[in-house]
Amino acid sequence: MTPPLVRVEDLTITFHLPRRTVEAVRGVSFTIEPGECVAIVGESGSGKSVTARSLVGLAGPGARVDAATLEVDGQDARRFAPRDWRRLRGGFAGLVLQDALVSLDPLRTVGAEIAEVLRVHSSRSRSERTREALRLLDEVHVPEPERRAGQYPHQLSGGLRQRALIASALAGGPKLLIADEPTTALDATVQAQILKLLAERRSLGDTLLLISHDLAVVSRLADRVLVMKDGRLVESGTTKRLLSGADHPYTRKLIAAASGRRRESTAEPGPVVAEATALRKVYGDRAVVRDVGVTIRRGEIVGLVGESGSGKTTVAQLLFGLVEPTSGQVRFEGQRFSGVPERARRPLRRRLQFIAQDPLSAFDPRWTVRRIVAEALPRGESVTPVLERVGLGGDVLDRYPRQLSGGQRQRVAIARAIAPRPSLIICDEPVSALDVSVQEQVLDLLAGIRERDGTALLFISHDLGVVRDLADRVLVMQDGQVVEQGTSQAVFEQPQHEYTRRLLAAVPTLEVSA
Amino acid sequence: MITAVLRRVGAGVLVLWAAASAAYLALLAAPGSTVDAIIGDGADTPGIRAQIIDEWHLDRPALVQYLDFLWRAAHGDLGRSYLLQRPVSAVIGSQLVPTLKLAVAAAVFGLVLALVFAIFARRLTSVIGLVLVSTPPFLIGIVLLSVFSFTLGWFPVSGDRSFAALVLPAITMGLPIAGTLAQVLREGLDRALEEPFAVTARARGLRERAVLTRHALKHALLPAVTMLSWSFGVLIGGTVIIEQVFGRPGLGQVTVQAVNSSDLPVVLAVVILAAAVFVVINTVTDLAYLLIDPRLRRS
Repeated sequence: MTPPLVRVEDLTITFHLPRRTVEAVRGVSFTIEPGECVAIVGESGSGKSVTARSLVGLAGPGARVDAATLEVDGQDARRFAPRDWRRLRGGFAGLVLQDALVSLDPLRTVGAEIAEVLRVHSSRSRSERTREALRLLDEVHVPEPERRAGQYPHQLSGGLRQRALIASALAGGPKLLIADEPTTALDATVQAQILKLLAERRSLGDTLLLISHDLAVVSRLADRVLVMKDGRLVESGTTKRLLSGADHPYTRKLIAAASGRRRESTAEPGPVVAEATALRKVYGDRAVVRDVGVTIRRGEIVGLVGESGSGKTTVAQLLFGLVEPTSGQVRFEGQRFSGVPERARRPLRRRLQFIAQDPLSAFDPRWTVRRIVAEALPRGESVTPVLERVGLGGDVLDRYPRQLSGGQRQRVAIARAIAPRPSLIICDEPVSALDVSVQEQVLDLLAGIRERDGTALLFISHDLGVVRDLADRVLVMQDGQVVEQGTSQAVFEQPQHEYTRRLLAAVPTLEVSA
Repeated sequence: MITAVLRRVGAGVLVLWAAASAAYLALLAAPGSTVDAIIGDGADTPGIRAQIIDEWHLDRPALVQYLDFLWRAAHGDLGRSYLLQRPVSAVIGSQLVPTLKLAVAAAVFGLVLALVFAIFARRLTSVIGLVLVSTPPFLIGIVLLSVFSFTLGWFPVSGDRSFAALVLPAITMGLPIAGTLAQVLREGLDRALEEPFAVTARARGLRERAVLTRHALKHALLPAVTMLSWSFGVLIGGTVIIEQVFGRPGLGQVTVQAVNSSDLPVVLAVVILAAAVFVVINTVTDLAYLLIDPRLRRS
């Protein structure tokens, strides 16, 4: 029997920070056999990434790694000098990180990035390295490798970029491919393609270690799943066993989160809040929005789905009055909202709110939560009741955005949005940056706000899963046009347009066998 | 890419025109008649007055005078210093080269030293930088002179006859630049080394030094280039003191003399030249940016 590639027993990783010590990983044990696909699943902060990175000695600055056994490629890695680690990196293990836009050096061509691995791990000549880089690009199915190799990461689409990143991780012919959230920054259809590529690597005999917050993403690929929470391994087992009957309540919660849950509403749609007719927006000679019409009624949640570049964010900007339409009209609460000076829009502004994908950049980093929410409240009203409504206690009042978790931040963003009692909230990818388990909580919160206040929501997302769970009606956008619309039930159960069907097929799902 | 270059060159021409026009306005606004202003402290004879009126077309309409001034300036003809009895271009031309030599040498020395500090002594950079920045250049100059010229006799005390004469002044001016630049570089390196691409690079088995020089350095260069171009502009203006300390010829000396003796044609030329230097530096900086960061090449 061949020895395992990785054998870890009682792994503890501690970060000694200037003012405190953080135990990121506590007593984790696992093995990775050759040819296997193992997944570590958990929320951000669970220690899953740092566990994986410690296998190549990259746990991070200030990290102290202790273990009863830490065997990598049959060697005791506890006594490794920097040189020993360098030999393993790229050669024994290749690392694929989340977002290739920043995980590949933005100032170097992707060809140079791939060839760099060969520079370190082989004695091949320059021209041989270039040829090998082209072959690798071809191997991960990047079309026109010659042209792509000479391009920079920002010139490639998200999917091609991620493929190039995978090619660079494969270049040293590693025995183990570590993929840390390899699809999290991608649209569902692109995610499906990258997962297919990883499955192909697996069938070619590569050993994979996948890290993800989303059980659904890894469930098709992984033989075994390790579930981590707060630095501990709470459960592990074959994917099949975990999905059919998890022991730990946390695992069951993750499974529930990944399966999704439809939130029905008893609220009847009221009068029209916002209406856009025949919207068209042209930049230069490119029409990014073409003949889009949408009506949103009181108490209604309208989903707007499509891939990046489909024009959905531009539609949001048009509705919000940030961008003037080239033609067409927007009306809000019965009044003209487009083609009028901002002065005319201003009295209506409080009635129309916005929630962005990344609240960290939507807040002033030097403002406390108290000040952020108070600014949006009518004069004299207290901040505490609004925070209570979004499930936050008084302990966050004097914290700064950076000191909050992603879920807490998005709750503050929601508190700020509901504070002026708007009739419509436009949410642009409000849960895309969050862990699946936190996504569920935020979706519950949004559904509750609609239920209680009758606030209408325009919910923009590339993730059909979350739209299905929340929206009453759905509009599907492709290339600036609405290609299909209808009730959630109709669109998701009997999609008419081919594009909708493709989007639906790409949604990762759990096959939970009872 | 080509349009981006053309746009920057066009903006440069615009700045030069504005500088020339501002200089011309200053001439008109000078007390007394324009002829008085041009003569300055020089000899005042009817012959010279006639010569000035003829050269500056002062008997023609104001618009023609102005356009003629621009036309001549565009051709490098900056008039005549009646005080020195020589064409302004000759006065400045002979002094420009030593100053540029000094400025370029100081900038190159500063950059190289900053790179050495930032790459090989990253932890010490902030201390070294602070010391270098807070020491006045003339003090550095005097100390260097007394040690290496007077005591050891390795370098000439003054003048600009050999390369050796350039060494001490260049070091004097380059050290403070190296101090600031090293700090900017170090900050950029620290930030770049925390980026995900640095993790990817380490995961390829690169040495930390290679991650630094092959990846992070280019990212750190962006702010450093801005810093360097700014200090190069200051260098040109700051040579006065150093030229005094090391007894070198140069633009600084010429400017001081021209201002003291109200030699307005020379002063005007210095103003236009300073603008030209800044335009060139800024254009080069912008182009360097395009060269370093491909993301900026989209127009």
